Amino acid sequence: MVRAILQRHMSVIKALVHLAIAAPLAHLAWQTWQGQLGGDPVQYLTHFTGKGALNLLFITLLVSPFAKRFKLAPLFQLRRLLGLWVMAYASVHLAIFIYLDLGNDWALLFNETLSRPYILFGMLAFAVLLALSITSHNGIRKRLGRQWQKLHNWVYLAAVLAPVHYYWSVKAGLAEAIIYLVVAGWLLFLRRQKLWAPVKKCWHACQAPKASKPVTRQSALNHGNIHKT
Amino acid sequence: KPLTISKKVPNNLTEKLTPESKVTSHNNFYEFGTNKTDPIENSKLFNPEPWTIEIDGEVKQKVTLDMDAIFKQHAIEERIYRLRCVEAWSMVIPWLGFPLAALLKQVKPTSKAKYVAFQTLYDPERMPGQNSRFSSIPFPYVEGLTMAEAMHPLTLMSVGLYGKTLPAQNGAPLRLVVPWKYGFKSIKSIVKITLTEQQPPTTWQALAPNEYGFYANVNPEVDHPRWSQGSERRINDGFRAERIPTLMFNGYQDEVASLYKGLDLRKFY
Repeated sequence: MVRAILQRHMSVIKALVHLAIAAPLAHLAWQTWQGQLGGDPVQYLTHFTGKGALNLLFITLLVSPFAKRFKLAPLFQLRRLLGLWVMAYASVHLAIFIYLDLGNDWALLFNETLSRPYILFGMLAFAVLLALSITSHNGIRKRLGRQWQKLHNWVYLAAVLAPVHYYWSVKAGLAEAIIYLVVAGWLLFLRRQKLWAPVKKCWHACQAPKASKPVTRQSALNHGNIHKT
Repeated sequence: KPLTISKKVPNNLTEKLTPESKVTSHNNFYEFGTNKTDPIENSKLFNPEPWTIEIDGEVKQKVTLDMDAIFKQHAIEERIYRLRCVEAWSMVIPWLGFPLAALLKQVKPTSKAKYVAFQTLYDPERMPGQNSRFSSIPFPYVEGLTMAEAMHPLTLMSVGLYGKTLPAQNGAPLRLVVPWKYGFKSIKSIVKITLTEQQPPTTWQALAPNEYGFYANVNPEVDHPRWSQGSERRINDGFRAERIPTLMFNGYQDEVASLYKGLDLRKFY
């Protein structure tokens, strides 16, 4: 029944999701305008938009396991919308960093990116998100064919880079950053079969030419010899 | 509360002052929370009275002073200093206070006194950040200086800013200001000063010795792993702070460089 409701009112649901995600950003702009964020809001703005992007990325990655678990196929339609919002938050985050924090000094940006791994990780995550956003258009998706899914699996790389970027950037209060790392680990764990498949495939490909040795009782025992009493 | 300035010190600092509203609303004071706007919010109920400060250790005359005694014994002067945070933002602040040297002379340091250790109030009931599970820094906050740094005429015990007593979020009622060092050295709301023979532990150094040193002198040539120290964001009256180059010893090179003669500043950061 839930599924039927979702199916029928998808456009309303989409509109509500848009609203729910845009609202915090609008509120942030209002607070900044009103001077409610203190004497120098750069750090707050950076953290707010960065954490917003991370939260949205995790929500996006939660859609498929959730939809599969509860057999709510219509939810899959929300993934592109959510993914593009991740990009929007990440773009504001990066723009604040470049314009407000670094004062639009592009040479400094270049040096900082190369000398500080946490910034490099953030940039790489942003590059992945950018590639996925550009190719999210239906026309491009069709043209890319099977390559499209391969490209969009890179989101898992972003899901690792982004929380590590956050973890490395905080000065104190690591607890929150660690929670993000744990959630990222869990989201990837849910996809362990999919993520292991290419590894396994490669493993088998490498192993294939060699004749596989049957494991004899003796060799198994030899391996277990370490704890001989 | 308004404070009367009893001694005028000529000032040759031509940089624009950071507006008072920004000095008092953008603070790193983890005792009241880790966000910059937490201290002003969470210190509203903090009453710095009554307050006593104890000075002991390698001294001939231990004392415990209350604020009345301090105001009676010391002429309050205004000092306009740059404040450079290790996070690469900076301000220009008109502090009110008196030289730390004057306070230390009072207790007659012994010949064994090589360092000065400072301690912030520990009172989780009044400083809610000290209870927070999310703050990973240990309390009470402690800091330290060498005796030579402590006796330097630039080193100030501050009791106010912008013509008034210190707001709680800026370290009421009494804090240290060492203008050539990163802001975290300028410990707030001091209750205890101990003169020691050995180098005392400092909070940030204990937490991350590869990131924060005992000296913590402002130095554009020695980067912090997370922040470039070559430039800083000067918080002024505009919305966007201005990126300006950071000066060696925060611009106080002429006054303090001699303190570090022969010291490898890359090693002793």
